[in-house]
Amino acid sequence: MTIEIKTSTLEPIRNTYANIERRFGDKPATRYQEATYDLQAETNFHYRPLWQPDKELNDKTRTKIVMEDWYALKDPRQFYYGAYVQQRAKMQEQAENNYAFFEKRDLQAYLSESSKEKIIRFLIPVRHIEHTANLNNMYACSFGYGTALTQALVYNAMDRLGIAQYLSRIGLLIDGNSGDSLIQAKEHWMQDPIWQGVRALCEELTTVEDWFEVMLAQNLVMDSLVYELFIDQLDQALNAEGARDIAMLLEFMQQWNKETTRWFDSVIKTVASESAANAEQMSIWVKHWRAKAAEAFAPVIHALFDETSLQQALTLLDNRSRKAGLTL
Amino acid sequence: MSAKKLNLKDKYRLLTRDLDWEYSYSDRKKAFPYEEFEGIKITDWSKWEDPFRLTMDAYWKYQAEKEKKLYAIFDAFAQNNGHLNVTDPRYVNAIKLFLTAVSPLEYQAFQGYAHVGRQFGGAGARVACQMQSIDELRHVQTQIHAMSHYNKYFDGFQDWSHMHDRVWYLSVPKSFFDDARSAGPFEFLIAISFSFEYVLTNLLFVPFMSGAAHNGDMATVTFGFSAQSDEARHMTLGLEIIKFLLEQHEDNVPIVQKWIDKWFWRGTRMLSVVAMMMDYMLPNKVMSWKEAWEVYFEEAGGALFKDLARYGIRMPKFVEITEKEKEHVSHQAWWIFYNHGHAAGFHTWIPSDQELDWLSEKYPETFDKYYRPRWELAKKLEAEGKRFYTQALPQLCTTCQIPMGFTEMDDPTQIAYRDSVYNGERYHFCSDGCQHIFEDEPEKYVQSWLPVHQIYQGNCGGASVEEVLRDYYQMNLGADNLDIKGSPDEQRWKEWKGVA
Repeated sequence: MTIEIKTSTLEPIRNTYANIERRFGDKPATRYQEATYDLQAETNFHYRPLWQPDKELNDKTRTKIVMEDWYALKDPRQFYYGAYVQQRAKMQEQAENNYAFFEKRDLQAYLSESSKEKIIRFLIPVRHIEHTANLNNMYACSFGYGTALTQALVYNAMDRLGIAQYLSRIGLLIDGNSGDSLIQAKEHWMQDPIWQGVRALCEELTTVEDWFEVMLAQNLVMDSLVYELFIDQLDQALNAEGARDIAMLLEFMQQWNKETTRWFDSVIKTVASESAANAEQMSIWVKHWRAKAAEAFAPVIHALFDETSLQQALTLLDNRSRKAGLTL
Repeated sequence: MSAKKLNLKDKYRLLTRDLDWEYSYSDRKKAFPYEEFEGIKITDWSKWEDPFRLTMDAYWKYQAEKEKKLYAIFDAFAQNNGHLNVTDPRYVNAIKLFLTAVSPLEYQAFQGYAHVGRQFGGAGARVACQMQSIDELRHVQTQIHAMSHYNKYFDGFQDWSHMHDRVWYLSVPKSFFDDARSAGPFEFLIAISFSFEYVLTNLLFVPFMSGAAHNGDMATVTFGFSAQSDEARHMTLGLEIIKFLLEQHEDNVPIVQKWIDKWFWRGTRMLSVVAMMMDYMLPNKVMSWKEAWEVYFEEAGGALFKDLARYGIRMPKFVEITEKEKEHVSHQAWWIFYNHGHAAGFHTWIPSDQELDWLSEKYPETFDKYYRPRWELAKKLEAEGKRFYTQALPQLCTTCQIPMGFTEMDDPTQIAYRDSVYNGERYHFCSDGCQHIFEDEPEKYVQSWLPVHQIYQGNCGGASVEEVLRDYYQMNLGADNLDIKGSPDEQRWKEWKGVA
């Protein structure tokens, strides 16, 4: 037996909005669909931007990549705002527990001086790389085309700010909330010769014009290396030297990277499969930024690990690229 | 390690703007290229006071809690046919107007704040703008979801984004936001954060939400409550940007004043739609437009401008005209839509006798003298079976794009016409304010995509108005448009309510 509450049923006159019906047929739509498709204005713009008078406000020609329909880049996570913040809230609750536990049990006291030094020199500066990732995703969001992609980019940009803040908090946990570790880490970022190549690369990335190139260089090239090296391998290295409690402070980033990789790999796969020209252009970009990144990361990685680490990260990048249909 | 603990302000600084650094290897001006062309002088971004201190973990947490509650209400609303609880089917037309005219502006705000949230050189300002950007995306999406149930039972919601790009009266809000987004980053913030969010939000967002509260629309009012704390953050950003610009350099003062003048007038013109919504479209009235204007602009805005006087900022230009306009705009605007009701994507109607009396009471100086006789005539014609629609396409103001139907405010029987010649072409305006804005930036406004011009030039499909409405606007003629009387909306309502 089931309990059946009688409600009055009214016959709807349509199942969803007309644009959704045109795309998917006359049937009930998901919240993701209604909140994503065709939100961005397509035509009849009134004025050219004073800051870019050769373009319309929303303009497909801000990148060399050509898509018949930019809404083909749907998010496998189906993140609209509500779904996105609820997913992140779950993750942050877990992270909050981890950080609180670390602080309550004063776990920083169990870190050796050399581990702390390693964290300050190699992990905390990553917050500046994440700040660049915030800028780059915001850039692609504001110049990109179609809500399917641009909403995922604003989520990504805010995630990067969040991750930069979590990394900063690791610093505050080990320096007794004085901020000294952040100041030292920034010294490394600004002065330490091993970091200067990466810093120069981050600066350069914020001056690149084509938003798709910026997005690709950041979310494929940079992230493959940064997350493999500084989040995964560094975590393992710290673990091996007894600083295993750091793992719980990096769980958010690891989980986030897994999830985000799934989204971004689907984006680049769809774009590459759209046309040979897209795949070729993306391959050119990836080769260009891969070479620059390999060179830039070498000094800092060589100071931290042996030869194989960087190679491992580059292989990961190559595999992701090939899986998406790029040729390197 | 030192024992000194960080205070909240320093901690927030470390967690936001300290993430940025002075560039050594690339030209920072190439990374932030749009900061100088407007003539605004920023001497020191570090003087930026964070208008709110919210780290991302807290942001996710609070926002997720709000979203969870909001969507629970949306689900309950749909499950229980919440649309049956609105006062009467006329009300629903107010939210059709909201979805087609206002929600796309939330989207443009998402884009505009994303742009400045990337382009400002100061990280503190960037982060505040980025949070507003994602908030605005929230607003457009939750509005679509709030209206999603109405769309299943009423006409006129279904093609809101297609309509927003094309329909004649929707070019008023669209051009407003296009204007702001196509401006430089500082003008955008003065336009939207200050003039719009701070000075005028109580006259745009709030009337729709209060209208929902007074008319049994639980979905929309719940959205409104849920967005309130976001709006509060946005308002503090509006106040910070103006103080920051005025304190950075005295040369900024005249530039900011010019923008305040422009955006105040642009804003009041766009609000004429809200005015008619409040006075004519809500079956249960919240307050009259005139009262709203007095409370939210004249009193609250007056106090604000008194505060700003110490920076050398005065009341917006043409403010004295708005004092007279509050007696007239709602009546003139609804009359325009009543006349062109065949070309509107929502229904129009003659106010009931009770509503006419309410208007007489709220507008003792003007309603009986100028406007009641029109409605009495319309009533007489309707009773004789002669509900009329004006077939001619109206001339539009080049700046605000509203049909030229507003009058001289000292003589409400005389339509106001202004014109200017630029590069040998004559341009028309509804008011001194709109003419003034044009003359300051003619090269911008000559680009305006004026719907009526475009129809005449054959850029909107068919030769007849009907073809344009059906094929270009994609309206369902006979369902989306025309008078509420005899509309499918009204018929269905009567069936649901079991009245003949």
